[in-house]
Amino acid sequence: MSHFSFPSLLAKAMGANKGWTRQWAKPQPKSRYDVIIVGAGGHGLACAYYLAKEHGITNVAVLEKGWLGGGNTARNTTVIRSNYLYDESARLYEHALGLWEGLSREINYNLMFSQRGVLGLAHTVHDVQILKRHIHANRLNGIDSEWLTPEQAKAFCPPLNISACARYPIVGASLQRRGGVARHDGVAWGFARAASARGVHIIENCAVTAINRGAGGEVTGVETTRGTIGAQKVALSAAAGTSGLMEMAGLKIPIECFTLQALVSEPVAPVFPCVAMSNTVHAYISQSDKGELVIGAGTEQYFSYSQRGPLHSLEHTIAAVCEMFPLFTRLRMLRNWGGSVDVTPDRSPILGLTPVPGLYLNAGWGTGGFKATPGAGHLLAFTVAQNRPHTINAPFSLKRFQTGRLIDEAAAAAVAH
Amino acid sequence: MNSFRTEQGGRLCRDRPLGFTFEGRTLQGFKGDTLASALLANGVCLVGRSYKYHRPRGIMSAGSEEASALVGIDRGEGRFDTSTRATTQELFEGLKAVSQHCWPSLRFDAGALAGLGGPVMSAGFYYKTFMWPESFWERVYEPVLRKLAGLGRAPVATDPDIYSSRYAHCDVLVVGGGPAGLTAALAASEGGAKVILADEQSEIGGDLLSTPEVQIDGQPAWNWLKSTAQTLASRDNVTILTRTTAFGYYQQNFLGLVERLSDHLGAARPGSPRERLWRVRARRVVLATGSIERPLVFSGNDRPGIMLAGAAKTYLKRYGVRVGQRPVVVTAHDSAYASAFELAEAGVEVRTILDQRAHIPAHLSKRADRLGIEILAGHTIARTCGHLRVSAVYAASFDAIKGGRKISCDCVLMSGGWTPSVHLFSQSRGTLKWREDIGAYVPDVYTQNAVSAGACDGDFLLSEALNRGAEAGGLAAGATGFEPGGQNRFGVAGEFPLSAASLEESTHATAAARGKAFVDFQHDVTAGDIEQAVCEGFHSIEHVKRYTTTGMATDQGKTSNLNSLAIASEALGRGAPEVGLTTFRPPYTPTSFGVLAGHSRGKLFEVTRKSPIDSWAEENGAVFEPVGLWRRARYFPRDGEDMHRAVSRECKATRTSIGISDASTLGKIEVVGPDAAEFLNRLYTNTWTKLGVGRCRYGLMLGEDGFIHDDGVVGRLAEGRFHVTTTTGGAAGVFAKMEDYRQTEWPDLDVWLTSISEQWAVIALNGPNVRKLIAPFIEGIDLSKEAFPHMAIREGKIFGVPTRLFRVSFTGELGFEVNVPSAYGLAVWQRLMEAGAEYDIVPYGTEALHVLRAEKGYIIVGQETDGTQTPHDMGMDWAIGRKKPDFIGRRSLGRPDMLVPNRKQLVGLLTTDPAYVLEEGAQVTAENTSAVPARMIGHVTSSYWSETLQRSIALAVVEAGRKRIGGEVYIPMPGTVYPARVAEPVFYDPNGERLNV
Repeated sequence: MSHFSFPSLLAKAMGANKGWTRQWAKPQPKSRYDVIIVGAGGHGLACAYYLAKEHGITNVAVLEKGWLGGGNTARNTTVIRSNYLYDESARLYEHALGLWEGLSREINYNLMFSQRGVLGLAHTVHDVQILKRHIHANRLNGIDSEWLTPEQAKAFCPPLNISACARYPIVGASLQRRGGVARHDGVAWGFARAASARGVHIIENCAVTAINRGAGGEVTGVETTRGTIGAQKVALSAAAGTSGLMEMAGLKIPIECFTLQALVSEPVAPVFPCVAMSNTVHAYISQSDKGELVIGAGTEQYFSYSQRGPLHSLEHTIAAVCEMFPLFTRLRMLRNWGGSVDVTPDRSPILGLTPVPGLYLNAGWGTGGFKATPGAGHLLAFTVAQNRPHTINAPFSLKRFQTGRLIDEAAAAAVAH
Repeated sequence: MNSFRTEQGGRLCRDRPLGFTFEGRTLQGFKGDTLASALLANGVCLVGRSYKYHRPRGIMSAGSEEASALVGIDRGEGRFDTSTRATTQELFEGLKAVSQHCWPSLRFDAGALAGLGGPVMSAGFYYKTFMWPESFWERVYEPVLRKLAGLGRAPVATDPDIYSSRYAHCDVLVVGGGPAGLTAALAASEGGAKVILADEQSEIGGDLLSTPEVQIDGQPAWNWLKSTAQTLASRDNVTILTRTTAFGYYQQNFLGLVERLSDHLGAARPGSPRERLWRVRARRVVLATGSIERPLVFSGNDRPGIMLAGAAKTYLKRYGVRVGQRPVVVTAHDSAYASAFELAEAGVEVRTILDQRAHIPAHLSKRADRLGIEILAGHTIARTCGHLRVSAVYAASFDAIKGGRKISCDCVLMSGGWTPSVHLFSQSRGTLKWREDIGAYVPDVYTQNAVSAGACDGDFLLSEALNRGAEAGGLAAGATGFEPGGQNRFGVAGEFPLSAASLEESTHATAAARGKAFVDFQHDVTAGDIEQAVCEGFHSIEHVKRYTTTGMATDQGKTSNLNSLAIASEALGRGAPEVGLTTFRPPYTPTSFGVLAGHSRGKLFEVTRKSPIDSWAEENGAVFEPVGLWRRARYFPRDGEDMHRAVSRECKATRTSIGISDASTLGKIEVVGPDAAEFLNRLYTNTWTKLGVGRCRYGLMLGEDGFIHDDGVVGRLAEGRFHVTTTTGGAAGVFAKMEDYRQTEWPDLDVWLTSISEQWAVIALNGPNVRKLIAPFIEGIDLSKEAFPHMAIREGKIFGVPTRLFRVSFTGELGFEVNVPSAYGLAVWQRLMEAGAEYDIVPYGTEALHVLRAEKGYIIVGQETDGTQTPHDMGMDWAIGRKKPDFIGRRSLGRPDMLVPNRKQLVGLLTTDPAYVLEEGAQVTAENTSAVPARMIGHVTSSYWSETLQRSIALAVVEAGRKRIGGEVYIPMPGTVYPARVAEPVFYDPNGERLNV
C-alpha cells in the first residue's frame, strides 16, 4: 500500500497522475480461507481490517454480491454519535466513536470525520423528558451530552426556527459535541484499502448462494456465484441480505426490513454548521463538505426490500425540514434515494454467535449502522477470532429475543435513531 | 441590433423587447428568449465558473441538461434563486441575474488560482491528504474546503411565495411534448381517453421548435405544430401542462410533476402559487422524453464559446441568435452538419468541420462543398486557446494528436451523438439494453404500464418519432379501453438524414487527449480523473462516479454519464454494456423544497387537531401544549399566575370541590359484533367475557414483546358493543393495530371497528361535589352510589343531550366523564361551567391532570412506560387475565428475563428535602456518589410539586424497586446528589375511599 500524503499527491501530479495503483487488490477467490466475511460494506470491511490488525488473521475473504460499499454504507446520512440511553448501547456506540477519533490517520485515508456536534431537538414536554433522560444517563456514563435552551440551540445552529409560533416550537435541545459526520464512501474504501494491504482478499461480484455445513452441523464454507469457497468461520454482515443468508444456514431470525429514504439539496455555501435531528417531526439534516444539505427521513411504515420509497413520505420530510428551517424552501432537492434497513424487534443490533458453530452474525443495525462502523467491525473481529463475544457486544446476542433481555433504545426515543 | 441576433426568424416576439441585467450590466432581449439566448444575442459568452478549478464557463446547451451556465436570479426580497440554469430561465422584464461561485468578479476570479494546483487536485485527492496534523482537519482544512465548495448560496430571507399541489388521475400521461409526445397525445385522446401532456419547456413542440425547415404532411413544421396544439387544446379530455417537469416515476404509475407557474414572470402574483406539484396516477404512461446531445471530450473542451452543436441550431432557429461569427464544428455524428449548414446558410462563416469519423456520408461532404466548408475526416481537436472565450482550436488527426493545425474561431460546436433520455424509464425500474449502433442505452423491459416513443427510445428521426408516437398513443388508448387513434402515418419532407455513430468514435479522442478534457463540466471531472479512478481500482461504474464525483453535479450527469462510461469502459478494457450505468434517481431536474412541502407550512404543517371545546380554552387564556397532532390546554393561568401556581390552584380545587377538564382528545373506538368480547380478550391482557353490561374496566394492551403498549377504559354498552378508549397519542396506532389483527390474524371473528374519537366530546368532572353538580341535569340515569358505582357506564341525557356517562376517575376523586356528541361539546361544557359556579368549579389542564394522577400512582403510558415495561413491572398483575388461553404478548411474558427479580419496577420517590422537585428523566443510583461512570438503577419518570401533600412527589422505575420500598436511593445531578426515600407509588388516599362515595 502506497502511503497517501500531500507529498505523494504532489509526486503523482508531477507524473500526470499516471502512477496511481489500486487501492485494494482484486484477487481471484481461493478455494479456502480461515475466515469468510459476507458483505463488503463498512462493517464487513472494518471486521476484515481488525481481524488482520488485531488478531493476526489475514487469510480472510470479504465476499460482496455487488460493488463494495454499495449498500447502506453508500446510502446513509453519515451521522455519528454515541449519546445512547442504555448502558449497553452507550458502551457499544461510544466504543465506535472512540475508534472514529483517529481513524483517518490510522488507516491513512481521510474519512473527513468531522465532530460538528449533533443536536436533538425537543418540541414537546414529552421530548424534554426523553432528551433529559438521555442527557443524565449519558453524563453518568461519561459520555458528553448537554442541554441547550432554544436560544443556545439557535446560536449553535443559526438557521433553526425557534419561534414560539411554530407548529412544534423548539423548547430545547440535546447536544453531543463529539458527534458529527464522516464521508460514508471513504469509510468503505479506506477500510478496503487498509484490509487489502494486510492481505485480506476483497472479492466483489461474488454472491453467496449457500452455506455449507459439516457432519456436526458446523460451517465448512460457502457456495458462491464464483464457486465453492471453504472456511471454518463465516461472518455475516449483510444488512437487508441477512434473513436470506441465515435461511441458507437453516436459521430464522427476527429481522424485518423497511425502506428508508434520504435526499440531498443542490450544493450551497456553508449554511448549516452541525447535525440536527428531530424525532417529533421525523427529519434530520446536516451539510456535507461539498455543500449539499443531507436530509434523512423516517422509515416507511411497511416492510420492503425495495431501495426506493414513495413520494409522500419525502414530501413530509421536506415539509418538516422547512418547518424547522423555513429559509430553505427555495433550495432544491438534487437527488433522492432509498435503502433497505434491517430492523430487529428491539431495534438494537445483533452482534455475536449463532446456534450454528462457526457462523457469526452482525445485523439488525436498522437506521443506526453507519455510526457504529469501526466499532461493529472491531467487535465482530474479536467475536470471530475468539469464538466468543466481547463484553461490549455480549448483550447484543441473538439469544436475547428468547430470554427477553431486550435493549430497546428506539422505544424510549419513540422513532428511528 | 448586434451581429449575434438575426434580423428575423425564431419564435421571439420582436415587438416585445425586455430589459434585464447580468452582473449589473443592462442588456436587452425579446419576449420568447431564455436568459441564455438573450446573453448570447448580446455577445455575452462568460456566464459562470466551474466548481473545482473555477474555470471560466459559458453556455453549453439550450435546455435543462445545462451543466455550466448556472446563475443566481434575484427576484427581490426572499426570492433569490441560486444555481438557476440560464438555459431554462425565460426572460422577463427587469430580470436580474448574477454570477455565482466567483470572487471578486466573474472575469477576475481569485478561485481560479485553484486551477494552478489542478494536477494535485486529482480524483479523490481529499481522501489522501489533510490528515496532518490531525486537529487541523476540523480547524483548518475542512472550514477552508467548505468555504471553497458550495457553488450557490442559501437564501437569507424568508421565501414569501406559496406553493400548491394537486392530485390528478388520467388514462394516459404523456411526458414530453416533442414530436413523439404530440402525436401520442393526439392518438391517445382521439377516442376520448383522459390525457395529460406535460412538457418542461415554455411551449410544446420540443425539437420541432428548432426545425422550422421541415415539412410535416405538406405543412411547414411550425404550422403543423400550431394546428396540432390547437387540436389538442380543443379536446376537453386533454390537459396540456407546459413548464411542467415530470421529475419522478414512482410505484404503480404514480408520477410527480412540478408546474412552474411564475418563474417566467419574475415574481408570483400575490396569493398565487409559484409552483404546483401534480401527483398523477396514470393508467398508462407514454414516455416521449427525447434525447440529450453528448459533448466531445477533448483538451480544453470547456472554454466559453464551446457548445453542443444542436444547441447552436436551437439558438439560431428558435431564438434568432447566431452563437458566433466563426465557428468550428467538431463531431462524431451527422447531426452537427445540420447545425453547420443552417448557420452557414444564415450567413455565418463556417469554415471547418472536424469529423472524428474516418468515413463521411457523401451527401454531407457534397453539401459542405457547396457551402465552402472544409471537412477534416478522422480529425479532432487537440487543444483549444482563449481565456474568457475560445479563440482558436488545434485540429489534429488521430495519428498525430499532438500539435495540429491552428484554426481561429470564436465558438466551437461539438456533437458526440445523442443519448436517449431514459431517466424516468429507469426510475420506473425498467431495464435498459445497449444499442451499439447509437452508442447508448434504450428501454428494454418495462416493469410498469408504460411505453417509450421517439428519441428516448432511440428513434432520432422526426418521421420515426411522429409515427412511433402516434402508435404508442393509439396503443395506450386501446390499453385503457378507448378506441385507439393514430392510424394515419405522418409524411415528413426536408428532414436531415442521420447515419449512425458509435460511442467509441465519439470518445475515441479521449485516449489521446491530455490536459483538461472535461467529462463533467460542472464538477470539473476530466477524462484523466476517470482513468485514474479505474487505475486505482474503482472498477464499478458506481465507484467511478462516487470517487470522481462525475455525474453528481446539479445536472446529475445528463451530458456526462455516457462519456464517463465510455472512458471507464476503455480504461477497463470492457464493453460498455458490461460496465453498465449508474442508477437514475429522482428528481429529473432539481425540484424546490417549497413545492415538495406544498401547503404543509406554518399552521398547515401537520394541521393542529382541536377538540370541540378548544375555543373556550383559548378564550379563557389556556396555555396549550402539543400532544401528538392535538393541542391540549396545559393550564389556565389567572391574574398573571405562573404554571406552578396555576396548577396548584387547579389541583386544590379538584380535590376540594370540582375540577373540569377537556378529555375529548382521548382515542375512542367502538368495537361491535357477536365476537367483540373475544376480540378484546385477545387484544387486551384483561378478561372481558364476564364484564357486565353497563360496567367499565381499565384495559391494558401489550405489544407482541409483552411490553405495555397502550391503556384505556373500556365500557360495555351491550352484550356485543364496547366503547373502547385509548391514549391521545396512541389512538391511530391502536386502531391500526386492531384492524391489522382483525383483518389478517383473526378474520374468523365476527366483529367490526369504528373510530369514534371525533364523534364524542368528553368532559371529565372530578371532585367531591361532582354528583351534586350534574344531578339536576341528568335524565334517565340513577346517579346514586348503589345504582351507578365506580367503573360503570350509563346512557341517558344531560341538558337534554344524549350522553354516554362514564363513572371513572383519573384523579382519585369522585369522577364522571361526560361523553356527548361533539357538536354539543362546547354547549354542555359552558352549561357545566355556569352551573358549577356555585361550587367554584375550576377548569384544569394536562399539567394538573398529571399531578393529580401521580398522587394516586396512576401511570401514563409513554411516561412511566417506554415500551420496555411489563404489567408486573408496573405493579399491574391484577390486569392480567391468567385463565385466558392467549392474548397479544402473553407468550413473551413467559421469557426468563421477564421474570427476573431485578427488573425495573414502578415506585414512588420522596426526596429528603420535601421542597426539591426532581427533574424528570434524572437517573437513580444505589450509591451516594457523584463519581462517573455511575451504575444507574432507574430513572425518574414523573415528578411534581403536590399542593395536596405540600411536598414534592415523584414516580420512578427502579431495579427491584418494590423491595427497596422504605430504603434510600440517590439522584446525582450536576454538582449535587439528592437522596430520596423509596415509597409506594400511591401517595394519596391509598385505599380509594374518595373514589367510592
